[in-house]
Amino acid sequence: MRKILYFGRLSDITGCQEEMLDIPSEIETAGALRKWLDDRFHATGALLDPTVRIALDQEIIFDGTPIQSANEIAFMPPVGGG
Amino acid sequence: MLRVSADPIDASEALKQFEQSAKGAGAIVTFSGQVRPQANSGKVETLHLQAYSPMTETGIESAINEAKIRWSIDQICVLHRIGDMAAGETIVFVATASQHRRAAFEAADFLMDYLKTEAVFWKKEGTASGDQWIEPRADDYVDAARWAKKETI
Repeated sequence: MRKILYFGRLSDITGCQEEMLDIPSEIETAGALRKWLDDRFHATGALLDPTVRIALDQEIIFDGTPIQSANEIAFMPPVGGG
Repeated sequence: MLRVSADPIDASEALKQFEQSAKGAGAIVTFSGQVRPQANSGKVETLHLQAYSPMTETGIESAINEAKIRWSIDQICVLHRIGDMAAGETIVFVATASQHRRAAFEAADFLMDYLKTEAVFWKKEGTASGDQWIEPRADDYVDAARWAKKETI
């Protein structure tokens, strides 16, 4: 089981801010996970938006990065405070 | 000093404490940002700020360290709210202390640009017509780009 987090506007689409998930073994990279989750939530591309970055265990990575060793995977739309 | 917390920020109290800890610096610059009462979609009822700890804090710490490398700065204080707040409440407080004013002004400006466009926060504005997630404006990115390091050949 892996912890998946959906921040900002994404939580409106997924209906939750975080969940524990069994990710199928054929989903090997961050990019494949994006696609799998987008289909799962019928998000019509919201998770595929290139401005949505992915962090594995709190570190921003690229879509080609393998996800097998990550415990926590976060989907992060554009950030900004102040 | 860095604090990311749901506790209210008292900017005048924060300044008083900063003046004490930065005694002898010569120049202190502070910025406080407040929740705007008016949004495009109407009167703001609440502002919700979400962080991702400790990634949020780690990122701000790096920006504070970068500011100390770029400018001659004695002390820096960054306070940032998370959770729910109302219009008029202080959302962010930044203070910088230096021997001379230019470094203090520039470091505070740099830190605010970081907080607006790169710090790991998400903002949701609540108005009578509903909630809306707010992302940085194009101008915010232009402001932040002023600090990009030029490549040296």
